[in-house]
Amino acid sequence: MAETFDRVKQIIVDRLDVDESKVVMEASFKEDLEADSLDVVELVMELEDEFDMEISDEEAEKINTVGDAVNYISSQS
Amino acid sequence: MLQDQVALVTGASRGIGRAIALELARKGAKVAVNYAGSEEKAEAVVQEIIACGGSAMKIQADVASEEDVKQMVKAVVDEFGRLDILVNNAGITKDNLLMRMKEEEFDSVINTNLKGVFLCTKGVTRQMMKQKYGRIINVASIVGVSGNPGQANYVAAKAGVIGMTKSNAKELAARNIQVNAVAPGYITTDMTDALTEEQREQMLALIPLKRLGDGEDVARVVRFLASEDAAYMTGQTLHVDGGMVM
Repeated sequence: MAETFDRVKQIIVDRLDVDESKVVMEASFKEDLEADSLDVVELVMELEDEFDMEISDEEAEKINTVGDAVNYISSQS
Repeated sequence: MLQDQVALVTGASRGIGRAIALELARKGAKVAVNYAGSEEKAEAVVQEIIACGGSAMKIQADVASEEDVKQMVKAVVDEFGRLDILVNNAGITKDNLLMRMKEEEFDSVINTNLKGVFLCTKGVTRQMMKQKYGRIINVASIVGVSGNPGQANYVAAKAGVIGMTKSNAKELAARNIQVNAVAPGYITTDMTDALTEEQREQMLALIPLKRLGDGEDVARVVRFLASEDAAYMTGQTLHVDGGMVM
């Protein structure tokens, strides 16, 4: 889980160009990390590549916070 | 001009799609020639491109099927490594007077001509977003602007394509993906070849440039929209109709 979080964090930092300290489990992509809807879609695509998995549209829609992403990925592996 | 770029042209085995595939290949693009049923004709287009020193592949898919479209996009990216240009050209007609038009005739034209554009655009977006580059050109029709009796289904689909072009252009602009459309007028095809002299005269009376268009007339405008020359254009529909609708 900690390792998953670190990998997810790195992608978010690179993709959204935000400060590392802001990327915490509770952070909302749209409200705290200033991502727009398309940013979130892209982020999910990149997570799919990074973790070599497919995230269905239904699941992707439920990913609103960093924690949502980390927990979903952990639950699948 | 389009060196090292990869283009997917739907419905490219004949007519306008064929002309577009050949034109993009002449300018250096590697071209995926999509077809629904005419495998031999698609193969002929591929061979013609290869004979001129280009690269091409044929790929079967029904654009109205999401599964087919997914596999098509994957096959193109697997073969050529990227996907820069999508030309949504595949289309069918099932003309009938409103009162005689069957529900099936309406649905099948909407499925191929409108939903097909949606599915193919959706299908390539992921790859284009990754590349941070993409050009999508939709082949609409001038009747989507002007209307035409006997074509409620076709006109609804083509007007829908013009609207979707604008919506997708706005949605994808931030990712450097540009979406434009062409709206061809009367273009020489098997259908227009079958017209009587009188019908042809009536048609020409409506065209200020006094001739029917051909596939190359449309293909050159598509090539322009796919090129760097159109770098500052998105969401537009260019009429390629000899001045018929202004």
